[in-house]
Amino acid sequence: MRMKKNLGWLGILPLIAVLLSGCDGALVDPKGQIGVELKSLIITAFWLMMIVVIPVIVMTVVFARKYRHSNHAAKYMPDWAHSNKIEAVVWLVPCVIILFLGIITWKTSHSLDPHKPIESDAETMEVQVVALDWKWLFIYPEQGIATVNEVAMPVDVPVHFRVTSASVMNSFFIPTLGSQIYAMAGMDNDVYLVANEEGVYDGKSSNYSGEGFSEMTFDAHAMSQDDFDAWVDKVGQSSETLSYDGSYQELAEPSTDHPVEYFSDVTSDLYRDIVESFHGGNGEGGHDGDHGETSMSAEAAE
Amino acid sequence: MFGKLGLDDIPYHEPIIVVTALVMALGALVVVGALTYFKKWKWLWTEWLTSVDHKKLGIMYFLVALVMLLRGFADAIMMRTQQALAAGGSEGYLPPHHYDQIFTAHGVIMIFFVAMPMVIGLMNLVVPLQIGARDVAFPFMNNLSFWLFVAGVALTMISLLIGEYGKTGWLAYSPLSGIKYSPGVGVDYWIWGLQISGIGTTLTGINFFVTILKMRTKGMKLFRMPIFTWTSLCANVLIIASFPILTATIALLTLDRYLGMHFFTNDMGGNMMMYVNLIWAWGHPEVYILILPAFGVFSEVIATFAKKRLFGYNTMVWATACITILSFIVWLHHFFTMGAGANVNAFFGIATMIIAIPTGVKIFNWLFTMYRGRLEFTSPVLWTLGFIITFTIGGMTGVMLAVPGANFVLHNSLFVIAHFHNVIIGGVVFGMLAGLTYWFPKAFGFKLDEKWGKRSFWFWITGFYLAFMPLYILSFMGAVRRMQSYANPEWQPLMIVAWVGAVLILCGIACTVIQFIVSIRDREKNADITGDPWDARTLEWSTSSPAPFYNFAHLPVVGSVDTFWEAKKEKGMAADKPAQYEDIHMPKNTVAGPIIGLISIAFGFALVWHIWWLAGVTAIGMFVAFMFRVFNDDIDYYVPAAEVERIEREHHKRLEMQA
Repeated sequence: MRMKKNLGWLGILPLIAVLLSGCDGALVDPKGQIGVELKSLIITAFWLMMIVVIPVIVMTVVFARKYRHSNHAAKYMPDWAHSNKIEAVVWLVPCVIILFLGIITWKTSHSLDPHKPIESDAETMEVQVVALDWKWLFIYPEQGIATVNEVAMPVDVPVHFRVTSASVMNSFFIPTLGSQIYAMAGMDNDVYLVANEEGVYDGKSSNYSGEGFSEMTFDAHAMSQDDFDAWVDKVGQSSETLSYDGSYQELAEPSTDHPVEYFSDVTSDLYRDIVESFHGGNGEGGHDGDHGETSMSAEAAE
Repeated sequence: MFGKLGLDDIPYHEPIIVVTALVMALGALVVVGALTYFKKWKWLWTEWLTSVDHKKLGIMYFLVALVMLLRGFADAIMMRTQQALAAGGSEGYLPPHHYDQIFTAHGVIMIFFVAMPMVIGLMNLVVPLQIGARDVAFPFMNNLSFWLFVAGVALTMISLLIGEYGKTGWLAYSPLSGIKYSPGVGVDYWIWGLQISGIGTTLTGINFFVTILKMRTKGMKLFRMPIFTWTSLCANVLIIASFPILTATIALLTLDRYLGMHFFTNDMGGNMMMYVNLIWAWGHPEVYILILPAFGVFSEVIATFAKKRLFGYNTMVWATACITILSFIVWLHHFFTMGAGANVNAFFGIATMIIAIPTGVKIFNWLFTMYRGRLEFTSPVLWTLGFIITFTIGGMTGVMLAVPGANFVLHNSLFVIAHFHNVIIGGVVFGMLAGLTYWFPKAFGFKLDEKWGKRSFWFWITGFYLAFMPLYILSFMGAVRRMQSYANPEWQPLMIVAWVGAVLILCGIACTVIQFIVSIRDREKNADITGDPWDARTLEWSTSSPAPFYNFAHLPVVGSVDTFWEAKKEKGMAADKPAQYEDIHMPKNTVAGPIIGLISIAFGFALVWHIWWLAGVTAIGMFVAFMFRVFNDDIDYYVPAAEVERIEREHHKRLEMQA
């Protein structure tokens, strides 16, 4: 019987589960609070959907088999085409599931909003992220340092990543820690993330940005507070410095597979200067604004 | 003289492209040679290229789509091969310059030049027959639409040989597609290919909308229309409402690129987020333009082969209408990660999930059509069963993506790639292949070979699961889309599995090609004498196969959704000869359609390369050709009753011989 092969598709579901538990994937094994919550959200949504998916697959196989042309034992009613009971059930069940999922969606859209600060005893640290062609610039305004293609953070300290681009659109993404957010020129976007375990996690752009996109990756180091302080010191010993009119312009030139770089000193307004350089109506850059919140956030622009 | 075009723009130093060019040239030579040898040029011109017959246009649409499927699939297998190789420091065999063009071309070709023409081709072939009409409302416009579509295809294919294609992804997000970051001609090929074919699509939308609303036969009220006609109507509403957005968005991008304006640039007040919004305000309805007619095909197939009325006809119609409307208020789910606030994201997330309700209802209705039926396992039914299961899984992953929280980690990952291939292959491709097999006898008068059709199905479905289930898993391991290479060697085994899947799909496509050859060889054996090879239910099966060019000698009168089926049950095979025939009013062929289409290729080419004199000349040429057509009053004629009688007699004679 040919149709028996259809049963094989059912086998895919447990297969996926087995493969997932076997691989040490980024989303399967998150290392930060946001990532953990996102994982459980995905699993909840998956099982809610299974309430419909499994019956559909079973019904397809059973109905196709039972009502096959050669089976004259099965009931045949060529003009039967309506049943209020069945109609009620097939509308009601999806409605109820979507109602549940809708409530979960509403709640998690707010609780997991990337712009929402993470509650923690530790004080949130700010890191400014600039997507360049094709590398990532990280500015630590509180420490006065900057790095390229490497970011470090103490564990259990929430990090406020402010994200912009000095080129095309990118998306700032550390899968193991959680949410991604678009990096766009002239926009001051942000995402809050926290690492709860020490380790080195892959970071990348997830939004295709041109020739060097595949190698536009960075390492995200989550470390103890002591190690982090040592790391800041190490970066601080670099002989390189970064200023908007100086070495930044050189750095912003397109380059592929860019090596890790450290900068011991950064002009305090670099991030703001980069964001505002796209705001000028006449191409002069936006240096004349006051030092308040002049840059447009992506949220406000929506 | 030649604008930006120079000898350096011909990529003769790239072996892959040279080989492709040689193969294409050889293919063209064979076709040209055969046409000359068999003296078929005049036949081709008068019977096909200038034809306004909706059935012939439908066949031509489908033929071009199948050819472009080969091109799009060649791109696909090159990408899968690259990703199977380029792990852990290896660069594979395609440099980014080449790989980036391939994934852009793959997306554009598969959506615009494979899926769209298959859907539009099937609508052309079937809708006028299903509503008991003799042609569409605007036959010349129908021919012109086809040629504008061909012009878009031609420009895209030319980009392979002269210059380059876009390296931006299929939707050419600004500012990457702006002149600053994409100074080459690739994006310009994308622009003009889509603009010219997009106008053709808009005209098709208007044409079929009017046809369905105004040209239904006597008694065919809206709620007596076959479901395929209903889904086509809704798809055409979506075309009319959404394609102008695409045209306008691309026009603004064109102004940015050609005249230095700043709609979507980074600076000078440009807003790239507006581009993303606009392109998806078209892009989301677009996927429903593709899937709704496929839903229609499955409805026809399942009712026909279960030998049973479609379960819940009214519900099907209302569910289709719900999907049509909802498809316009969900576009933001393509960029939850852009940074919108929680309320906005939640609204669009929930709106998206709500679409799952009418879609789920449709699936249950197909299941309950099988219930208490007598299901014949023909290949269209296999495609339908494969669709129900595959599409349900694809729908599930779609709902997962619609949860903004989940989307924050799944967006732009391979999960998205797996999801939309899950619904587009499982839905649109399976639907179109089912529709092809189902309506092929109506177009050509003989059935397709079942054995090779079933083999194609089993290769496609196995290949699909092998090719795309690994991508779901890879996304959980952190793999994103559009990677030319990747550092993590752990991803490679699954990438190789996906490659094997792609090879199986290739076997499926090969089976379809063999199926055509075998079926043409056995056409006498598989001939459809009755015009109703499947014992089907709708009006297109009440006329002969292939249908005469005027479709119906007498326009049928309809009393219910299943009039034809009921008539057969009451009186046996409905082959009663009418007492007398009448003259039939028909449109004449047009030379303006192909001429305007061909000139528009040169027009697009001139604009891509900034050859302004040629652009001017061709623009005037198109205008003049159009004016000739506008002032031509000799566009219709009457088929004499005697001629109709002769054709119908022949059909009846064949029927009697078989009986």
